[in-house]
Amino acid sequence: MTDRMLTMSEALREAMAIAMEERPEVFILGEDIGIYGGAFGVTGDLYHRFGSERVRDTPISELGIVGAAVGAALSGMRPIVEIQFSDFTAQAMDQIVNQAAKIHFMVGGGLHVPLVLRAAAGSGTGAAAQHSQSLEGWFANVPGLKVVIPSSPYEAKGLLLASIDDPNPVIFMEHKLLYKVAGREEVPEGAYRIPLGVSRVLREGKDLTVVATGIMVSRAMAAADLLEKEGVLLTIIDPRTISPLDMNPVYASLEKTGRLMVVQEAPEHGGFLNEVIAKVVTGPSLGSLIAPVARLAGMNIPIPYAPQLEKAAVPQVEDIVKKAREIVADWR
Amino acid sequence: MTAATLKIGDPLASHENARYALLTMSRIRRLEEAVEDLFGRGMMHGTMHLSIGQEATATGVCMALRLEDQITSTHRGHGHCVAKGADLTSMIAELLGKENGYCHGRGGSMHIADVATGNLGANGIVGGGIPIAIGAALASKMMKKGTVAVSFFGDGAMNEGAFHEAANLAAIWKLPVVLVCENNGYGMSSSTHLAFAIKTLAERGLGYGIPGITVDGNDVAAVYAATQSAVDRARAGDGPTIVECVTYRWKGHSRSDKNLYRTKEEIDEWKKKDPILFFEHVVREKNLMNDEEIAAVHAEATSQVIHAVNEAMKGVPADPAGLLAAVFKTADSVEVSA
Ligand SMILES: Cc1ncc(C[n+]2csc(CCOP(=O)(O)OP(=O)(O)O)c2C)c(N)n1
Ligand SMILES: [Mg+2]
Repeated sequence: MTDRMLTMSEALREAMAIAMEERPEVFILGEDIGIYGGAFGVTGDLYHRFGSERVRDTPISELGIVGAAVGAALSGMRPIVEIQFSDFTAQAMDQIVNQAAKIHFMVGGGLHVPLVLRAAAGSGTGAAAQHSQSLEGWFANVPGLKVVIPSSPYEAKGLLLASIDDPNPVIFMEHKLLYKVAGREEVPEGAYRIPLGVSRVLREGKDLTVVATGIMVSRAMAAADLLEKEGVLLTIIDPRTISPLDMNPVYASLEKTGRLMVVQEAPEHGGFLNEVIAKVVTGPSLGSLIAPVARLAGMNIPIPYAPQLEKAAVPQVEDIVKKAREIVADWR
Repeated sequence: MTAATLKIGDPLASHENARYALLTMSRIRRLEEAVEDLFGRGMMHGTMHLSIGQEATATGVCMALRLEDQITSTHRGHGHCVAKGADLTSMIAELLGKENGYCHGRGGSMHIADVATGNLGANGIVGGGIPIAIGAALASKMMKKGTVAVSFFGDGAMNEGAFHEAANLAAIWKLPVVLVCENNGYGMSSSTHLAFAIKTLAERGLGYGIPGITVDGNDVAAVYAATQSAVDRARAGDGPTIVECVTYRWKGHSRSDKNLYRTKEEIDEWKKKDPILFFEHVVREKNLMNDEEIAAVHAEATSQVIHAVNEAMKGVPADPAGLLAAVFKTADSVEVSA
């Protein structure tokens, strides 16, 4: 352990501080991001370092906030909007979906929207149905938006810096259970950028290719550690951005493993990872498959409150272990 | 056990009413102290938003309501729920994730609804309940029910688009609705001084043609009186009113608040304006209750809450097996509400 084993909150804060130091047009706006330091403590001391103009507290007005960010982005600024819980993007949907996503295209290219919308997503904190959703699939289905899901502090910092640089609207979904934990790797000091649209192979194993997003990446990694002891070897791929989506490492891996499993927290029905499966079975990898494709996703229910219910609603490490073991055993 | 049926009337009208008002405020206070304790001991999951210090608002408003009148509530909704007559055991059982909780462990603190007492539910979305109350009032009008809907919401909610669209609908359709803004000075960390450019929040309705009144939200009798006239207007078909109740939350916004945005002095200043102590003072002055009676009321509230906690603990943990079937109402599915 070194002092560069940051938590995701710390990594995100570093990225925002670097971006604000690099460019005067970068600013943050959102609810309770100032003196309070953010609902999840992500903006932390940025208010004290950069002042109330650039770390701008807002009233509880999500539609107005995102709209103001769109307008500022059209007019030379680079806003980072923080939405406390990704569920409240619903309040701002018109500005995200009908405005930010389409303006560049609709007006014929003369305008663009360099905007990052960061939001806390996912379940696991007992915050229940209106504070726990994984809505990335909504945004992935809107052409004109980029959708980023960091799975670790290292990824978070590099992806956020790249997102801020991007001249397009980026939806940046941060899993709230990841905020306070350190990742498996150090977070480099200073600026580095992870290009949007490049999947990462986190581990290679010959038996099964697992594509997972967000918090499911660390759960899949934990499952892979356990299964390795039984001699079942997993490849873990984190797409990092689901829009744009880089499938090449998945195709390459399937040539070796022949077995695919996708894991997401969002409900299975209509979920984004179904797109990964669709690309596999309609694309170059169909012939590589030696097993039916497996899906592990959230139940098709709103996230419940009680801990035992909440846990049952989304895939856990043991679910991944069990399913992976089954596929590999059943399809030799 | 459930509280007395509603439409109690003026807290100062009689010894019984005064006793009811004090008991209700005390039950809310004791319940929330118990919640804080359960949370502190790790027995409760998630988060909690306590309304300690704001008990007079919920109590005064609900004393002007009939049982069949409807309310929509907020994330800070325990008080509204109790004041409208909810069962304490079912409330606590819900917080403990038990099958016998109001939502069978599916909703938790932010989603308790109680059909029996006209409570359409707490809400995790700031402002989310306001248009719903307008819809309840619309149904009342269309179905000639004669009921009134009350939407409780915070100062912060007034800056959501939902408030504005709902207010206008209520005004143009002259709906039987009362918009109760609990102005506790802050929406999380954002003070009303920074979030509004108007003097009182009651003024917010003027642009929609909605009259507003600002009252001391820590004076249960004043809250009652303002609500009663708003309810009378609503029932008479004269449309919505905004009742702004100025109050203060003593505790942090939720479990993880370091109170960096306000001073200890400010909090202490407001604690001196404790709505319960204030009401005790008033009822003593008016010879409605004596010290002994007051102490007995608090003892009763305490024992009710202790009983509720003990009963709730006996419940079985909510069972994941029922989850899928719980998503949609079907012709033969059982009612979810207790
Ligand atoms: C649409 C939406 N935005 C933000 C939040 C996060 N949030 C929960 S409560 C709260 C403050 C609400 O302030 P107010 O309406 O004054 O009610 P109070 O908490 O003071 O009772 C915030 C920002 C939310 N739950 N819903
Ligand atoms: Mg408030």
